[in-house]
Amino acid sequence: MADPIKVYPAKPSHVYFYATCLIDMFYPDAGMAGIQLLEREGIKVSFPKDQTCCGQPAYTSGYHDEARAVAKAQLDLFPEDWPIVVPSGSCGGMIRKHYPGLFKNTDQEAQAAGIAARTWELTDFLLNACHIKLEDLGAPTTIAMHTSCSARREMGVAEVGPKLLGQLQNVNLVEQVRAEECCGFGGTFAVRHPEISGAMVSEKVDTLTNTGAEAFVTTDCGCLMNIAGYAEKNQKPLTGQHILSFLWQRTSAGNGDKS
Amino acid sequence: MSQTTAQDPHHIDVKEFHSRARAAIADPKIRQNFRKAMDGLMVKRQDAFEGWDLEALRDLGANIRLRALANLPDLLEALETKLTANGIRVHWAIDSDEACRIVRDICIARDAKTVIKGKSMVSEEMELNHYLKDQGIEALESDLGEYIVQLAGETPSHIIMPAIHKNTAEISELLHEKTGTDLSNDVEYLTAAARLQLREKFMNADVGVSGVNFAVAETGTLCLVENEGNGRMTTTVPPCHIAVTGIEKVVGNLEDVAPLLALLTRSATGQHITTYFNMISSPRKPNELDGPEEVHLVLVDNGRSSIYQDDELLDTLRCIRCGACMNHCPVYTRVGGHAYGTTYPGPIGKILMPHLIGLDEGQHLPTASSLCGACGEVCPVKIPIPDLLVRLRQESVDGDKLNPAKVRGHGAKRNALEALVWKGWSWMHARPGVYRFGTAVAARLRNLQPGRLGGWTKYRTAPKLAAKTLHERMKERGQ
Repeated sequence: MADPIKVYPAKPSHVYFYATCLIDMFYPDAGMAGIQLLEREGIKVSFPKDQTCCGQPAYTSGYHDEARAVAKAQLDLFPEDWPIVVPSGSCGGMIRKHYPGLFKNTDQEAQAAGIAARTWELTDFLLNACHIKLEDLGAPTTIAMHTSCSARREMGVAEVGPKLLGQLQNVNLVEQVRAEECCGFGGTFAVRHPEISGAMVSEKVDTLTNTGAEAFVTTDCGCLMNIAGYAEKNQKPLTGQHILSFLWQRTSAGNGDKS
Repeated sequence: MSQTTAQDPHHIDVKEFHSRARAAIADPKIRQNFRKAMDGLMVKRQDAFEGWDLEALRDLGANIRLRALANLPDLLEALETKLTANGIRVHWAIDSDEACRIVRDICIARDAKTVIKGKSMVSEEMELNHYLKDQGIEALESDLGEYIVQLAGETPSHIIMPAIHKNTAEISELLHEKTGTDLSNDVEYLTAAARLQLREKFMNADVGVSGVNFAVAETGTLCLVENEGNGRMTTTVPPCHIAVTGIEKVVGNLEDVAPLLALLTRSATGQHITTYFNMISSPRKPNELDGPEEVHLVLVDNGRSSIYQDDELLDTLRCIRCGACMNHCPVYTRVGGHAYGTTYPGPIGKILMPHLIGLDEGQHLPTASSLCGACGEVCPVKIPIPDLLVRLRQESVDGDKLNPAKVRGHGAKRNALEALVWKGWSWMHARPGVYRFGTAVAARLRNLQPGRLGGWTKYRTAPKLAAKTLHERMKERGQ
């Protein structure tokens, strides 16, 4: 569950960028967009090259020994006391909410707790630590937003995306019905229970399409892969983007990035 | 009758979750009935908490339940002492069988042939009606939803609204077929007809059986929440009342009840208060005009004391059975209550049932969740349901050597191939060089990527690997 009270750091000079494996392999443009947004705010971004995956897929599947081994390999990547920013509510939630429990009663307990405490979902960090001000350079458009369940409920950032999009004067944000309902991704859930997951994503695509939006943005690549993948397979007139890609494209002159 | 209820409700293989879920998803009536009902319940709950500091109230509720559980053995003894002093006889049952035998023995001692029942999920857990029938004792459900489900030969599909899987037309047909009422879409007429049928049964029943929402140790009071008056009839009209409840339902003091009741009714049905709230503290006293001659309380363990042994799993026992977790669950909304094949469906069922039936039998239950967290968010006593689902997933594959599994039937879902896949995955992701090499090679070979990925591509296109990983792009940038 979300923190009762979040104490944001002052805007720092440096951050660590923890990209997540989905962004690394499938959506690197969203990662680049996040890095460029941070750099434009005057922040030096350090990208630890030994980063792989937070360990969540094994963790939620119950393979905690395997998850711990992978998570342990991430713990030494952040030696300076800089904030760690993650372009995902899900992976951010894994580190912030579940690392302390995963390393409880181990030699890494204190280290994991320290890392958890300075891990932030990136849009939350841009809005509430960097106090970013966005200037919209794009043509008028209507979009919808799907906030991932982990961004909403674990990281408590449901209001962040709409606030950032609200700064873009040519963007008309419309809300789908049952906006807070899960899209049906759930990691291995989508593969273990394909029919249930399929029923959930089909309704999510319907509600998003019914808003009349041309596209949707989301905080998490798992949801993006799920919702956009369903829309594509079923030839629905809906495309999706990571919110960071969208924000960067709308606010950077001559940017040709597509992701 | 829908496909999901075609089986004998007493011989359901819980492991067949997948096929029941598939059938429910393919059944438009099931989908529509649940979606409509759950949408309504979510709005009602939200409206009912309007103007309340919900987080503060949930904290209070959680703390009351935590405190009661921390003192559970003492509170149960205090409850027994107080109830006994008040003239209520207390019985202890280690499992469902013993609980059923206790009820039977009380019935036999009174030469009772008919039992009228108020709504009780613990009695569903015990399969009491089925048991009594085999003993030649007729048990009739008096809660309207339970009555409908019993007439249909089904089990409840929701812990608060047992017949929520049926729409008015289906109920009308059922009542027409079984009791001869006219076919009608007039809910008032149908309710009045059922009420008339039940009224007669109340007058003739030898024993009334009810559940308990809160058992107060301090005063020896059994609290019962209900809307139809059938609970009051059940507990006052027959000469003998037997209350059955789980051992976790005890709270310390009378003042604990008010916040829990405020949370329960608002979370369950969006009501500020139910139509009836019964507080039962003794059998009929010599100078009183009504009430039963005998009152019994059967305290049922049925796996609860083993849950109690573990500091994390213990949170499961906080539950006050409001059903909000199922009302807000996107999986429950799609598959309905019968797909689970368990007494308690939905999120609470997924974390409770494995303890009652074993994690071997219930191995699919904890996996049937996207871990969206909606259940934990609305739980009035803040049970961390998603965390407990992950815990049970770990238990079902024996996945944590540091914290060895302990739930009965643990490890049943572990298979060699899956364990090997995760080992391989872990090996690669714990070695950054191997990971970078592997992902870069995969990016080069992305055009060879398979277009079909099992269940994923049945509904979606396969995600496309990027031409270059972010690692490679950052390296090109000199970082």
